[in-house]
Amino acid sequence: MTQLTPSRRRIDGGAIAFRILVGVLYLFLLAPLLIVVVISFSSNTYLSFPPEGFTWNWYAILPQKTVFVSGLQTSLITASIVTVVVLLVGVPASLAIQRYDFPGRAAISAFFLSPLLVPTIVLALGLVLVLGPLGLMNTYAAIVIGHISITLPYVMRTTMMSLATSDTSSEEAARVLGASGSTVFRHVTFPIILPGVIAGAVMAFVVSFDELVIALFVAQSGKPTLPVQLMNYVATSADAAVASLSVVLIVFSAIIVVVVERLVGLRRALR
Amino acid sequence: MTTTAISTLNLGRAGDRGRLERSRTRQNRLIAWALALPALLALIVSYAYPLVWMIRMSFNIGHGDGLYDTTFSLDSYIKPLADPYYWGVIGNTLLLGILSAVLCILVSYPIALFLTKSSSKWKSVLVALAIAPLLTSAVVRTFGWMVILGPQGLVNSTLKNLGIISAPLPLANSFLGVVIGLVEIFMPYAILGMMSGFGRLNPQLEEAASSLGANRASVFLRVTLPLSLPGLLTAFLLVFVLSISTFVTPQLLGGGRVHVMATEIYDQTTGLLNWPFAASLSVILLILFGTVVALYQRLARRLGA
Repeated sequence: MTQLTPSRRRIDGGAIAFRILVGVLYLFLLAPLLIVVVISFSSNTYLSFPPEGFTWNWYAILPQKTVFVSGLQTSLITASIVTVVVLLVGVPASLAIQRYDFPGRAAISAFFLSPLLVPTIVLALGLVLVLGPLGLMNTYAAIVIGHISITLPYVMRTTMMSLATSDTSSEEAARVLGASGSTVFRHVTFPIILPGVIAGAVMAFVVSFDELVIALFVAQSGKPTLPVQLMNYVATSADAAVASLSVVLIVFSAIIVVVVERLVGLRRALR
Repeated sequence: MTTTAISTLNLGRAGDRGRLERSRTRQNRLIAWALALPALLALIVSYAYPLVWMIRMSFNIGHGDGLYDTTFSLDSYIKPLADPYYWGVIGNTLLLGILSAVLCILVSYPIALFLTKSSSKWKSVLVALAIAPLLTSAVVRTFGWMVILGPQGLVNSTLKNLGIISAPLPLANSFLGVVIGLVEIFMPYAILGMMSGFGRLNPQLEEAASSLGANRASVFLRVTLPLSLPGLLTAFLLVFVLSISTFVTPQLLGGGRVHVMATEIYDQTTGLLNWPFAASLSVILLILFGTVVALYQRLARRLGA
């Protein structure tokens, strides 16, 4: 006993040093978000340190910033349309891959997930080259078309995950009892995979809402989304209105993190 | 799975079984294709066709202002490879990728190790906290770094008030600033990548080593580190590919002074309108990206097996 105590104390010392290191690194990881929160309440007229006072002003002026309001509107509209489109095409495709065996299944599955393996800036250029001659640049359609391929993998991944982990015996039972394919899907399969579908829809919405590069390339001057407006504002102005807007967006993201975590677990949805 | 149910039903009628099965299989294939077709078409229109068209465009000859000759030449590839400026751009891109990736795994490793070993009830909260920044826009996080690193920012004003420096350090609007920003922005990816690669890391092995008399340093160097090398390597490759293709952070934190392939593609596409040239730069980036991704996947698969 007397021999154990000193060695245990030495190990604890190392563990504490390690914990402090981890704490410092966490601070580094969260620094930009923390600083944005601090600056959003700072009464300094331009971005500087240290804050001289506390103010709600940066939040109060947000509704008057027309660039943000119109950007938010564009982002909400396009992200909603993208989510609906991607769900409509993605859920059936997930079903085909998980529940049916057909030639070319592996290749198609890889194709569906492949857009995440292409840098968005490369895809953005391709979209400009195709949409330009069609006169579709700077429209809602351009943003929606641009965001389909980068959101589809998220919907398919979460949906396929719940299809793969769900028990197929109730589907078989319903079939044996004479239910048609569509009835089985509506009354048995769909309710089972719903959490995965919702998680995929949330991810698709967030990815589309946050996406900057494609939106910047295809609709910068006609239909700038909120990230595009944010980027332009950050590049040209030096006040804290961006900070307060960022905090609003961070709170929004935090709510989504909790929702996704509850539904499927964040780690599985992001991988 | 449905075919098993059908075949159970058909057991009694052995004669019909083969024919029924075959038509059933054909019908199933048709259903599967019908289910997959809308998504397939959507991806072909919005993804495959634009990429193919971009690759084709890279063989045209561009004159800027949206004008180009439709031909089949390597002009757009020879130009960047013959111009030292573009070698500089490619060099900057690779340097940015390597620096960000090395520093990123250095700062992510302790967190990933801590989260893998931790059995605390706060573990899930800490995991969520480590990867939650992924869900906030890169613009917001880059803006945060501009506030921290800027001439009037947190670091410079603190150092100035402490009397350590008299003129602000050029942290923002510089290569260094972009590296700092990217390291932080890709930390969640690195932590995720490492944690999934730490499968072989077993606390019992470390306990065994220390009960056999190894001190902390040699447990780490001889047990923990070798077992976490695969995870570190996958995280390195992941952060590398993300860094060489990222646009927002070099554009904003670089302040127009950091020229990498992504910012060059943007300038050629939206400013100079030299599409064949923008396309050839993209193809080069795509090849670079694809090679590293293939390496990454091979490695990840080997680790999974």
